[in-house]
Amino acid sequence: MLLELSRAEILRYSRHLLIPEVGLDGQRKLKSASVLVVGTGGLGSPVALYLAAAGVGHIGLVDYDVLEESNLQRQIIHGTSRVGTLKVESARARLLDLNPSIQVEVFNEPFTSANAMRIAEPFDFIVDGTDNFATRYLINDLCVLSGKPDIYGAIYRFDGQASVFFAQQGPCYRCLFPEPPPPGMVPSCADAGVLGILPGTIGTIQATETIKLILGIGSSLVGRLLLYNALDMSFEYVKLKKNPACKVCGPHPEITGLIDYFEFCGVPGLDHPEPATAAEWNISALQLAERLKRGDKIHLIDVREPHELAISHIDGAQNMPLGMLAAHLGELDSAQEIVLFCKSGTRSARALELLLSAGFRKVKNLQGGINSWALEVDQSMPLY
Amino acid sequence: MKIPNTLRSYVNGQGEVSVQGATAGAALQDMLAQFPAFRPHLCKQDGSLRSFVNLYLGRSNIRDLQGLDTPLNSDDILNLVPAIAGG
Repeated sequence: MLLELSRAEILRYSRHLLIPEVGLDGQRKLKSASVLVVGTGGLGSPVALYLAAAGVGHIGLVDYDVLEESNLQRQIIHGTSRVGTLKVESARARLLDLNPSIQVEVFNEPFTSANAMRIAEPFDFIVDGTDNFATRYLINDLCVLSGKPDIYGAIYRFDGQASVFFAQQGPCYRCLFPEPPPPGMVPSCADAGVLGILPGTIGTIQATETIKLILGIGSSLVGRLLLYNALDMSFEYVKLKKNPACKVCGPHPEITGLIDYFEFCGVPGLDHPEPATAAEWNISALQLAERLKRGDKIHLIDVREPHELAISHIDGAQNMPLGMLAAHLGELDSAQEIVLFCKSGTRSARALELLLSAGFRKVKNLQGGINSWALEVDQSMPLY
Repeated sequence: MKIPNTLRSYVNGQGEVSVQGATAGAALQDMLAQFPAFRPHLCKQDGSLRSFVNLYLGRSNIRDLQGLDTPLNSDDILNLVPAIAGG
């Protein structure tokens, strides 16, 4: 039973009502639809904004982060005045300002195996706007098990992907990628950066697919993966087929309920967001500054990319990007003390693992990276 | 062979690598011979592609063709499609 439109709503959506593929019935479908947007970041921002503007009647938002200034370069649902507040509350306020007639339900909690079924239950469509593999596999499995479409988008620097994974009609995410990459192999946006407008393009495509599915019009991205490259301004499609050996949507599924996705992806859980580096291999910015001041001989290795040195650098450090480190291990003196650092400690933790596995023992990781140096030692240095 | 942004650090930052081989598998081995440090990241011990990356010939996954035995023509373009997670 579709909801009726009020007089004010008919005026608001008049440009939709003029399109025969939407019309009054289509707009009533939008008003009667419920969509869960997981993540209110780069992708979730345009998705939620366009769904709200289009008149989707019930929108759910899941996020547990607090808004930071560095989010605003791409997360356009938020604003400067809301830095420091909960992202879901910031997003809800913006959506209701845009369209007061819709219902916005927020979930200020991590989306996990323990709560995903409960949160998703009242929603017909799930949009994946997350930033990590563990939650992406969770959303896929949840959608397969509950028979809902997973409207997928993902980004990296200048590259974007979009698809609709709907196991009732085509392949699922696991059909394409049965397993995630090894932890750390594909860096996050926080470590690798992302062009701010990229999630705008991909998120808008996700919103378009969601609206098409609600209206039942056009050809969806089921069975196709869209590959977007912003530098080349190219859109390509590749075909996706159901994988007969798929562990969740195949004829003989091994996964019949939600699993531990942190374990599956080989990453620490939410209580331990940083790589678990044993304390003995860590050094704080203050400890390092003290030791350098008293003249200790330490080989400082900056494993960031060369262009990051223009933002901040520590005098005397040698730049050796993480990707090049393995090829240059032979040039390092294992008898000399080495301190590795990057922006915030994630890449240097991987560099530490590499050196430890190569037999180095006099090596430490600068906890919190050069950003902790900027906070604790040299406040004139910018944070990024 | 087209190399996506995520994997370019393993091929000196290049977006495309010229490869030779009569099959997709031979072309892959040629690329890995040029960039040996890429091998453990891209392939399992048995030489097959790891599960987070797919090799496409045109619009088709080689898995849906003849796998690594898929024959190639001289002007074919192979496309590595890895999982990415940013959002």
